Amino acid sequence: MKQFDVIVIGGGHAGCEAAHAAARVGARTALVTMKKSGIGVMSCNPAIGGLGKGHLVREIDAMDGIMGRVADASGIQFRLLNRRKGPAVQGPRAQSDRKIYRTEMLRLIENTPNLDVIEGEVVDFKMQGDRVAGVTLADGSEVVARSVVLTTGTFLRGLIHIGDTSYAGGRMGDKASTKLADRMDSFGLPMGRLKTGTPPRLDVRTIAWDQLDVQDGDDDPVLFSFMSTSAPLRQVACGVTHTNTRTHEIIRKNLERSAMYGGHIEGVGPRYCPSIEDKIVRFADKESHQIFLEPEGLDDHTVYPNGISTSLPQDVQVDYVQSIVGLERAEIVQPGYAIEYDYVDPRALNAELTLETVPGLYLAGQINGTTGYEEAAAQGLVAGLNAAHAALDREVVHFRRDQSYIGVMIDDLTTRGVTEPYRMFTSRAEFRLSLRADNADQRLTPLGLSIGCVGEERKAAFGEKSEALTAGRDALESQSYTPKQIAATGIRINQDGTKRTPFQLLAFPDVTFPDVERLDPALEQIAPDIQEQLARDALYANYIERQRKDVEKMRRDEQHAIPKDFDYRAVTGLSAELGGKLERVRPTDLAQAGRIDGMTPAALALILGRIRYLEKKSA
Amino acid sequence: MDTIFALATAQGRAGVAVVRVSGPAAFGCAEALCGPVPRPRKAVVRELKDGDGAVLDQALVLTFRGPASFTGENVVEFHLHGSIAVVAAVLQRLGQLPCRVAEPGEFTRRALENDKMDLAQVEGLGDLIEAETEAQRKQALRTVSGALGARIEAWRSDMIRAASLIEVTIDFADEDVPVDVTPEVQQLLARVRADVAQELNGFEAAEMIRSGLEVAIVGPPNAGKSTLLNALAKRDAAITSQRAGTTRDVIEVRMDLNGLPVTLLDTAGLRDGEDEVEVVGIQRAIERAEAADLRVFLVEPEETLAIAPRRDDIVLAPKADVRTDGAPAVSGKTGDGVPELIAQISDQLAQRTRGAGLITHARHRAAMAAALHTLDDALRFVGAGAEHYDIAAEEIRTAIRSLEAVVGRIDVENLLDEIFSSFCLGK
Repeated sequence: MKQFDVIVIGGGHAGCEAAHAAARVGARTALVTMKKSGIGVMSCNPAIGGLGKGHLVREIDAMDGIMGRVADASGIQFRLLNRRKGPAVQGPRAQSDRKIYRTEMLRLIENTPNLDVIEGEVVDFKMQGDRVAGVTLADGSEVVARSVVLTTGTFLRGLIHIGDTSYAGGRMGDKASTKLADRMDSFGLPMGRLKTGTPPRLDVRTIAWDQLDVQDGDDDPVLFSFMSTSAPLRQVACGVTHTNTRTHEIIRKNLERSAMYGGHIEGVGPRYCPSIEDKIVRFADKESHQIFLEPEGLDDHTVYPNGISTSLPQDVQVDYVQSIVGLERAEIVQPGYAIEYDYVDPRALNAELTLETVPGLYLAGQINGTTGYEEAAAQGLVAGLNAAHAALDREVVHFRRDQSYIGVMIDDLTTRGVTEPYRMFTSRAEFRLSLRADNADQRLTPLGLSIGCVGEERKAAFGEKSEALTAGRDALESQSYTPKQIAATGIRINQDGTKRTPFQLLAFPDVTFPDVERLDPALEQIAPDIQEQLARDALYANYIERQRKDVEKMRRDEQHAIPKDFDYRAVTGLSAELGGKLERVRPTDLAQAGRIDGMTPAALALILGRIRYLEKKSA
Repeated sequence: MDTIFALATAQGRAGVAVVRVSGPAAFGCAEALCGPVPRPRKAVVRELKDGDGAVLDQALVLTFRGPASFTGENVVEFHLHGSIAVVAAVLQRLGQLPCRVAEPGEFTRRALENDKMDLAQVEGLGDLIEAETEAQRKQALRTVSGALGARIEAWRSDMIRAASLIEVTIDFADEDVPVDVTPEVQQLLARVRADVAQELNGFEAAEMIRSGLEVAIVGPPNAGKSTLLNALAKRDAAITSQRAGTTRDVIEVRMDLNGLPVTLLDTAGLRDGEDEVEVVGIQRAIERAEAADLRVFLVEPEETLAIAPRRDDIVLAPKADVRTDGAPAVSGKTGDGVPELIAQISDQLAQRTRGAGLITHARHRAAMAAALHTLDDALRFVGAGAEHYDIAAEEIRTAIRSLEAVVGRIDVENLLDEIFSSFCLGK
């Protein structure tokens, strides 16, 4: 029987990141996947990153994860979103060559020390009492480990819908995991159904490109990985077209034939990623919807029409696609479909992404109610690190809300649960101005270094950059200048008698680095990328100070741990409604309790009182 | 750690009201209010003064140095005369100092944090906090019912809309959404800002209660103004005579009108004055009458004076006892129409002072003052264009958090709901 520290089930974005992270911290890790060719498959659109999501990729990379590196290696169009807005909300995005993404991911996984790939379908867990202690494969073989990470994606009781036809499947062309679903049922976890969908894929050779607008990538690609220096692949453009009233008419006429509107789907879909049917029903007065035609690769004939996902029957898909300008002769390579799948209410998880009631089992990705490759990968990182640390008897790896988008997501999921597939938005991060894509390394690489999941190469690069940042910051703050001196260099400033450092001057939106160089020519010595980051730090300095106070308050509350067996019914004065919510979420500390919907300061005082009471009684 | 304050005794009229202040700045705040603070645990009588040095009340002041106090922090207690006006004034003054109104249960929370409660006290915690919360809840309910409630609901939806417009341009920049939402956001924020500013002015109602309301009696010479004043004051406070122009200075009579402190002003008759003294008197009459909270006009129908009645002013004809034309009138001499006039005056004044709550008001006032400040900042950054939307969003977020005490918590989910119902998103 094979023995490992960690088994990761599933080779998607969550699984790859989890397995790689576990192996990085030194756990002997097995990645079990139905087939090797399924590793790193992009089931939905061929793109990585975006707003909030790009931040997640940067954070994964700062921990020496793999998503950013693979996206850079396979990127065929890079765009920095919100380029014209403040740097805190800029998010890198790239379209990938789907095939290269897959092969690059497989290459990385296979070349990772401590990491084995096992092909096979996991049909059951090996149990040791309540504890998950390994897996049983379809061929009857068993693999043993101290921690198991389950990343089922849409495979757990996956059900594909096209029109009124539906059949079991984890993804188009792949079978679903139903046997494992039975075992999951036996754990008695709170579970639900979610839904997502994809558009029909088109043949690039049947599209009239000359009739379409195009969208190019950026001239100077902004990459994901702090370690990447350039985009290796040829860059391509996307096509842009629109639906029209005739498209809408076809869809409206056939609405009842869609799986969604025909009443075949019970799962809840995401509001930010509606099917074309939804768009037409919910925004009936909108006469046209934008579609991006995204090439799936450099030598791939498939095009992903972003914006028209559907569960209509195939003949209607052909009709509505061909009603669109440029797509009159377009051929569908693979029909669009909706897919329903099981998820576990993430409030059953703790911040390590392990189940309190099923020791040894970690969950990551869509099984936790999220959507998106980046969200999945980020959870994979958290689950993989913690599964490995548990197996190796090391301390918990915690990602904080005020430190990372990863922390925001984990806390949102485990505290608040989901009502629709959870996607990251920058607006979810209350410390948004500090949690920038450009400083993800400064925020997280020290954590990565401290737990030993960062390689030598990155360690050296990070050390160098940090030194340069510190030296640059010192140089910017070492001298202050009178308003008169400042005005003399052409910077507009109030003659208020206040002396200011170049760093303080950079907080003014209209003051740039070249401006402050005129005050102190020595500042020219600071490297351009370091200058850029320092200017960003300066721009938000006042707000970061304000947020620091909020963080302090949160940390004070975090120091009040709530015992695991805390009985909320014993708290007199607590409303039944709040008590019920607290029972479900089971917050680990007062800060987490405070983020529960409807929580009041008085209720927090009551909980703290009960904690104190228990302490005094046991003392 | 913030310094917090709250009324520790029951709301409303009482013999004694205790206002408690706790936190690192408690002694400093006390000093600003009553001069050098007494040594701990020694009760002294002090005059409490507002920022301009006006006396608010004579109070018993007690200090406790942490950790030997109820909360374990420095604590000051003011034992005030239990008048609604006095308590309101003291709370308002505290709100201007570096401290804020306590959340329900916050004093208890601090006592717990600092381990200042024994087992029995902790056991009774539920009741304690419930009492604290209930008192504040009732207050809050009183303040947010009716017109103010509707207004606050409007702020809430305006703030959600403004924040969601900014957020949609940030979080869905690669989708089919408006690029520049500046005009609508400005309009929404400016509307809330104007409303908040207006409500803040409304807090002057509390101020009015404290300093008293002024009611000026105005009219032409010899209309019987002074006689009316005397009838209202039920004593001969003003000099009356038959000769036109007798009252040359402004005469003030303080009285209690259905529980409201009112100063009645008897003014010189308004006409083209004949001698220099009378001209000055008339000028002063006009100034005081204009500045008064309410004016009672004693004029013949169709008669016009140097000042015109405002919307809620009371206009009556003089000498009801000798009139036959049926015009609404009053007579100080016989008392005809006087009870009706008193009722009318107290109705008017009650309306103007209705918003003047107590503890929640102090909380709301502080919240709204903070919101006003951040709304200005937000408007500035929104105006600077999309490049600064991230900072504008932060200011809006801060403004929302300031107003949370008034409008309730606005969560990112509220913004997302607004976004998804307004914009067709999803590529």
